[in-house]
Amino acid sequence: MSKIILETRSLTKHYGGVHALEDANFTLLDGEHVAVVGDNGAGKSTFVRQITGVEQRTAGQIFFDGAEVNHGGPLEARESGIETVFQTLALADDLDVPSNLYLGREIIKFNLGPFSILDRKAMKARTLEALQKTAVKIPNVDNPIRNMSGGQRQCVAIARAAAFASKLIIMDEPTAALGVQETAQVENIIRGLKERGVPLILVSHNLRQVFDLVDRIVVFRRGRIVASLRSDETDGNDIVSYITGVKGNADAAVA
Amino acid sequence: MAKTDSGLGGLKYDPSKRARPPELNVFFALVGIVVIFEVLGRLIYGDSFLFNTRDNVDTLFNNQRLQVIILQVSIVGIIALGVTQVIITGGIDLSSGSIVGATAMITMSFAQTWLVNGNPNPKAIFGEAWMDLPVIVPVVVGLSCGMIAGLINGALIAYTRIPPFIATLGMMVSARGLSKWWSNGNPISFPTEGYAAIGKGLNPVLIFVGLAILFYCIMNYTKYGKHCYAIGSNEDAARMSGINVKNHKILVYAIAGTLAAAAAIVVSSKNLTAQAGMGVMYELDAIAMAVIGGISLQGGRGSILGTVLGALIFGVIISGFTFLKLDAFYQEMVKGVIIVGAVVLDQWRQQSRARGK
Ligand SMILES: Nc1ncnc2c1ncn2[C@@H]1O[C@H](COP(=O)(O)OP(=O)(O)OP(=O)(O)O)[C@@H](O)[C@H]1O
Ligand SMILES: [Mg+2]
Repeated sequence: MSKIILETRSLTKHYGGVHALEDANFTLLDGEHVAVVGDNGAGKSTFVRQITGVEQRTAGQIFFDGAEVNHGGPLEARESGIETVFQTLALADDLDVPSNLYLGREIIKFNLGPFSILDRKAMKARTLEALQKTAVKIPNVDNPIRNMSGGQRQCVAIARAAAFASKLIIMDEPTAALGVQETAQVENIIRGLKERGVPLILVSHNLRQVFDLVDRIVVFRRGRIVASLRSDETDGNDIVSYITGVKGNADAAVA
Repeated sequence: MAKTDSGLGGLKYDPSKRARPPELNVFFALVGIVVIFEVLGRLIYGDSFLFNTRDNVDTLFNNQRLQVIILQVSIVGIIALGVTQVIITGGIDLSSGSIVGATAMITMSFAQTWLVNGNPNPKAIFGEAWMDLPVIVPVVVGLSCGMIAGLINGALIAYTRIPPFIATLGMMVSARGLSKWWSNGNPISFPTEGYAAIGKGLNPVLIFVGLAILFYCIMNYTKYGKHCYAIGSNEDAARMSGINVKNHKILVYAIAGTLAAAAAIVVSSKNLTAQAGMGVMYELDAIAMAVIGGISLQGGRGSILGTVLGALIFGVIISGFTFLKLDAFYQEMVKGVIIVGAVVLDQWRQQSRARGK
């Protein structure tokens, strides 16, 4: 059995009186792809924000790669090897693709502090390499990404996460508002990650997609994890009944 | 999986059909405006705007007029280089004109000579011990003043999160107050020969061009430049990517302040005097140059090259109005129209881009 890459114990987040996340016990194995599903407001994004250090949790523990972690911000999480594709994408529209991939971690030719000279050739070459792996369609990577389609932009954000050979990738609704083709493209990238053995947490409302892609499905309901099911041992109706609360309760066993 | 050809993922891409760089449009505008003045000049006065028409001078162009144009825009152009960086990060700097006034007063006080025609300097600010200092002293003092003013602007904007418009408006008023208080409103004159040499002849142009090349390189080839565009484009994304947005903003405003001080040194040296009212409206002229040069006030777009071209357009228009013997009132009115027009043009461009045209 492969080792556990991420584990949360009794992870809890309250926003004032709102119990957005309660006592979440979650484990992710190395190389495993897990989907997080649940109704609007079930606490999925909240869960992601705690793991990625965007917010500070109310209670509980997070173990990552064998040690307990306390990420003070998204940067620390990224440096420890967690790459995130946020719902908002976090792209700079006026910059070209290489600049976006390397934003905040530029390759430097000559170090002069803040005025360090950029190695644009190296960044472009590695960007093309990274993008080819993702099979994204972009006519010219030197154009600002402002003019690119939603799918292309999404792919740039995902390629950025995928390129930096990280230990864990989290995607919060990466295909929301994407067309059929673009969605297929993103799904291809995710399959590529699976082949490379990079573990993934995928937040999604698309059950068809979830069953296609992941090993395990974790259902959130009203801030609690109510089910954790292997995708080949369950079906859509089963998941829906957990999501809607027909089945399961807060004490459901968690793998 | 799709195969990769010229574009990624098999998409066709024809590099020869790339969109024109926006600077080229600004350049065309510059040429167009010169042609308009040329035609008007020939129609109204039978005189040429661009070419030499005097028999006793053997040059193709009217070099005198061209010199006046570039000399005129050099000083405000230096400020515009800093303003360009500020606007690219999504900010605005209204304080540069007042920083020119305050630093000119302070700098000139350290640049005075003791004996004027054998008599003690009638405008002396400090005692004899502070006179005839090597030129490096006023220059360093001046640049430091500008930098400090810029640091204050930047720190206010980064840490109190007040809008740049308000922070620099405060600095604009305060720095102007300082320049009036400094010598109770009296002009400061009689600089050392060394100081006077800075702004002699075409030196202001050389300084402007040198700084423009320096900042062109910085904005295009360094991390600093990349981060300016990133912050102006999407500040949250920049922060999430690990850019220290606060420090970067402070640095940008400090550079803008330092450039305003450089302009103050050049203009006070050129005029051999400093007055409390120096630099009034320079901030707006500098912003106008950047805007004419195609900068986007939303941040993220614009360039040093565009601003230099914008500065030239600005100079050509002023000079063209003088050439057509139009009153200064008209010049100011039209200047306002041009600024607003350039911003409206930018909005249209953005809207048509959004519609995919
Ligand atoms: N900053 C906040 N302050 C107060 N309440 C919040 C905050 N963020 C989230 N919440 C609340 O926490 C709950 C969980 O929100 P969350 O964003 O995690 O839902 P979600 O499962 O991601 O939903 P969706 O599918 O719509 O993205 C919601 O009731 C939401 O209103
Ligand atoms: Mg969400």
